[in-house]
Amino acid sequence: MNTCQYLEKEHGFEVTYLPVDGEGLIRPQDLAASLRPDTILVSLMFANNEIGTVEPIEELGALCREKGVLFHTDAVQAAGKVPFDVKSWPVDMLSISGHKLCAPKGMGALYIRRGTRLHPLLQGGSHEKNRRAGTENVAGAVALGTACELAGKETKAEEARVRALRDRLEKGLLDRIPFVRINGSVSRRLSNTLNLSFECVEGESLVLALDQAGFTLHRADLPGIAASTGSACASGILEPSHVLAAIGVPPQLVHGSVRFSLGHFNTEADVDVALDVVPAVVERLRTLSPLWEDKLASSPPLPQAS
Amino acid sequence: MYSAHVMDHFQNPRNAGDLPGANAVGSAGNPSCGDVLRLYLKIENGRVAQASFKTFGCGAAIATSSILTEMVKGKTVEELRAVTNAQVVEALGGLPPFKAHCSVLAEDALRSALADYSSGNGAG
Repeated sequence: MNTCQYLEKEHGFEVTYLPVDGEGLIRPQDLAASLRPDTILVSLMFANNEIGTVEPIEELGALCREKGVLFHTDAVQAAGKVPFDVKSWPVDMLSISGHKLCAPKGMGALYIRRGTRLHPLLQGGSHEKNRRAGTENVAGAVALGTACELAGKETKAEEARVRALRDRLEKGLLDRIPFVRINGSVSRRLSNTLNLSFECVEGESLVLALDQAGFTLHRADLPGIAASTGSACASGILEPSHVLAAIGVPPQLVHGSVRFSLGHFNTEADVDVALDVVPAVVERLRTLSPLWEDKLASSPPLPQAS
Repeated sequence: MYSAHVMDHFQNPRNAGDLPGANAVGSAGNPSCGDVLRLYLKIENGRVAQASFKTFGCGAAIATSSILTEMVKGKTVEELRAVTNAQVVEALGGLPPFKAHCSVLAEDALRSALADYSSGNGAG
């Protein structure tokens, strides 16, 4: 989105930003209605990094193709988790990033359908068919290729394994903790993502307390389940998650949101730890929270936690 | 990001919870902004005999609330009026710059409690 804002501000492009529904899904009719005779490009996220919602890319891409509009999708989050085939899909461009596939950081790839003409990204030498000047990082490219090859072989089994862990984490947390909301789409969601809002608790304090309890934060490549928050209080930016706001999560619940990300290195034991630690931390912070006191005073008795 | 002192007050908050018999109760913040601080004071013979807090907010908000309850204990009403957010930050050994508003919240809650005390709402 920052790139679109740059194009608007510095180069005079007009950009239409599509709304999403309560699960974060783009409605095909909204995309169809937004296309203008002078629309040159549609760029959509394949899967959202915060809530894991997987967009119906085939359907949306077909719509663009029908209207003769170039279609790009950002598959950085989806690659290695959702199988796809650029040859049979109606996409003109698709980007992936190496570090999400356990390839070295700094590597990425842009798939460009044959016949799609692009201006050079960097001026200079004739590398990469005049599109990107500079000596190629051959070792990095080979590493990314190998990572993709492995992902292609393992995606299906690994996706099922991680999904089972995520589902157990989700069910376990919902069973143990009252007043929790799942953010995003339950039916169309990346296998590794769980985004929850805990009422009456602020996300930065929750993540901080999880960190103190031995959780590994922001690092899906290390043991432990990564946790991060969409609350504004977590960073110097002080802007709460625009993704959660876009799907209609009330501000207080945006502040109480935590994204748990699982990965290749997570095991059942990590889920066991999370099911012990997260409910205890939420309970401690709720005991401190004046909102929780008010909530209990105005709510019927809590269901017995199992 | 936080100093050891801030983390200590976050992990082991002092004087957390309700305060039966509090006669000066103040609050500051807003749930939709991500922080709400409620401060309870029991003022006897013109001095703070007991203080406690409840806070919904980030680690810095909880730590500032906790240290505030320690700072105000034993102070006279006049001395309470002189407490500033800068003193709260200093007592914590500093806060990241973008967390300064948490200390402002603490000062606001204290002002709110003093106003409540003056109006006599919580007296008794």
